[in-house]
Amino acid sequence: MRRVHIILSAASLALLASGAVWADSDVGGSAGQVRTQGPVDSASQRQHIRVLAASCAACHGTNGNSVGGTPVLAGLHPEHFSSQMQAFKSGQRASTVMHRHARGLTDSEIVQLAEYFYKQPRHASALPPAAKPGSGKP
Amino acid sequence: MSLNRRDFIKLTVSASALASLSGCAGGAIKSAAAKPRVVVVGGGYAGATVAKYLRIWSDGGIEVVVVEPNPYFISCPLSNLVLGGSKQLDELSFSYDALKQHHGIRWLQDTVTAVDPVKKKVTLKRGDITYDKLVIAPGIDFIYDQLPQLQTDAAQQQILHAWKAGPQTVGLYRQLHDMRPGGVFVMSVPKAPYRCPPGPYERVCQVAFYLRQHNPTAKIIVLDANPDIVSKKDLFLKVWSGMYPGMVDYRPNSSVVELDVAQKRVTTEFEQVGADVLNVIPPQRAGQVAQMLGVANVDQRWCEVDFISYQSAVLADVHIVGDAVSAGLPKSAHMATSQARVCAAAMVAGFEQTDPDPAPVFANTCYSFVSDRMAMHVAHVYRYDAAKKIMLPADGGGVSAAPSELEGSYAHDWARNIWSDVLT
Repeated sequence: MRRVHIILSAASLALLASGAVWADSDVGGSAGQVRTQGPVDSASQRQHIRVLAASCAACHGTNGNSVGGTPVLAGLHPEHFSSQMQAFKSGQRASTVMHRHARGLTDSEIVQLAEYFYKQPRHASALPPAAKPGSGKP
Repeated sequence: MSLNRRDFIKLTVSASALASLSGCAGGAIKSAAAKPRVVVVGGGYAGATVAKYLRIWSDGGIEVVVVEPNPYFISCPLSNLVLGGSKQLDELSFSYDALKQHHGIRWLQDTVTAVDPVKKKVTLKRGDITYDKLVIAPGIDFIYDQLPQLQTDAAQQQILHAWKAGPQTVGLYRQLHDMRPGGVFVMSVPKAPYRCPPGPYERVCQVAFYLRQHNPTAKIIVLDANPDIVSKKDLFLKVWSGMYPGMVDYRPNSSVVELDVAQKRVTTEFEQVGADVLNVIPPQRAGQVAQMLGVANVDQRWCEVDFISYQSAVLADVHIVGDAVSAGLPKSAHMATSQARVCAAAMVAGFEQTDPDPAPVFANTCYSFVSDRMAMHVAHVYRYDAAKKIMLPADGGGVSAAPSELEGSYAHDWARNIWSDVLT
């Protein structure tokens, strides 16, 4: 968990420690769904998290910069992200749809998504421009 | 960089777009002097997403050229709301300009007429372009083999599918609007798989929402070729009986076998049904470019791919994403973008000569509107199963307990965010 060192709070150091344990073993996940995952710092694992994080963009915007309505995930404190996802997963926090996503992820993926989004710069996202009138019928 | 390879592009891409491209750094792609070129055929949810993320994740190290015939993007998601009267098609129509400019994507508004996978060359109406890798995101085409009466343009202007958002969507709204009081709206649903599994049933809700206000004695007959409602069954049944009582007549196992265009009458294996407005959603297959390339190898309809890279099972260096892919995955917009990102990531890894993620995971969320304000979801995380070599739904997915205005609000947020992600 090379990139966790930027987190300085004591609580996050605990997260670091537990994260390191997950990183050393194959990630089993709550339902034992993940059969093989390389070391957390491998290029393919970074790709795994980057693609998974990008899958959140449909509701939370590119790199977690929501255009509105849903929470901005970019720059969110990783501890907060992880605790909320775990609360969705357990049902402790009520949700319409987030529990479905949280329950499909491994604990390690949640920790790594938290790190990923924490590192994303916040910026204003925008809707695409409207199609120009008179630009032709498709 | 081979000049002749770029000649066609130079002729068709504006000077300002080229100027912005020249500033791009080489990025992490370790290759020869020329950047590898990926040609993406199709600028829908899948194609636009592949193009954007190839540029971002290669740090500008891959040249991306999109070929798309339509001048702008129209969203299929939310287009059923046009029938219900709570959305205008203009609100679902977006320019590609931000996407092109933000990411230095070269864009050709043109149509593919041939592909030579040996010479790695795509022929367009206005010229040729070569590629190192080809991505096709051709969406769907309609199959009229079983409905020869619908094969002419004239017939297709009268009996609308409205299953690709655009002029047909507005046309079907007009037919609904002009229907006689107490008329019958007949919709036929093709056998799965087809684009947007809950879409036909959402359409029933939207048509019912319109009729309840403007033509309350009208009826809707659903002729479903499937043995049962394909998606969100219990929820749709509750909505039809609770919100639109007496209006929806649902008939399973009802394939249309004959059709009288002038009389607006369809025949199933069991009965003849007359309509005032007839909406036939025809059976579907991978879009034309997939058929042209011979990569639609599953029932000659859908494209078999490797779910780690989305490379075709038939042709090397040809990747397929979106609704054209054969998978036990719903053909939804979110799914198309999720597949597109796995494909883009694997392609970038390939050019960088590193390994792709051996076990991709992604999410899919799909909302259906049951009125102007209320919606309900189906959502799953999908994980690669290394033994079966397919994407499987993880535990914990499912559907809403009931439609709600809160989910309607989230559904609009979903739309705004996916449009922003795909098109800016």
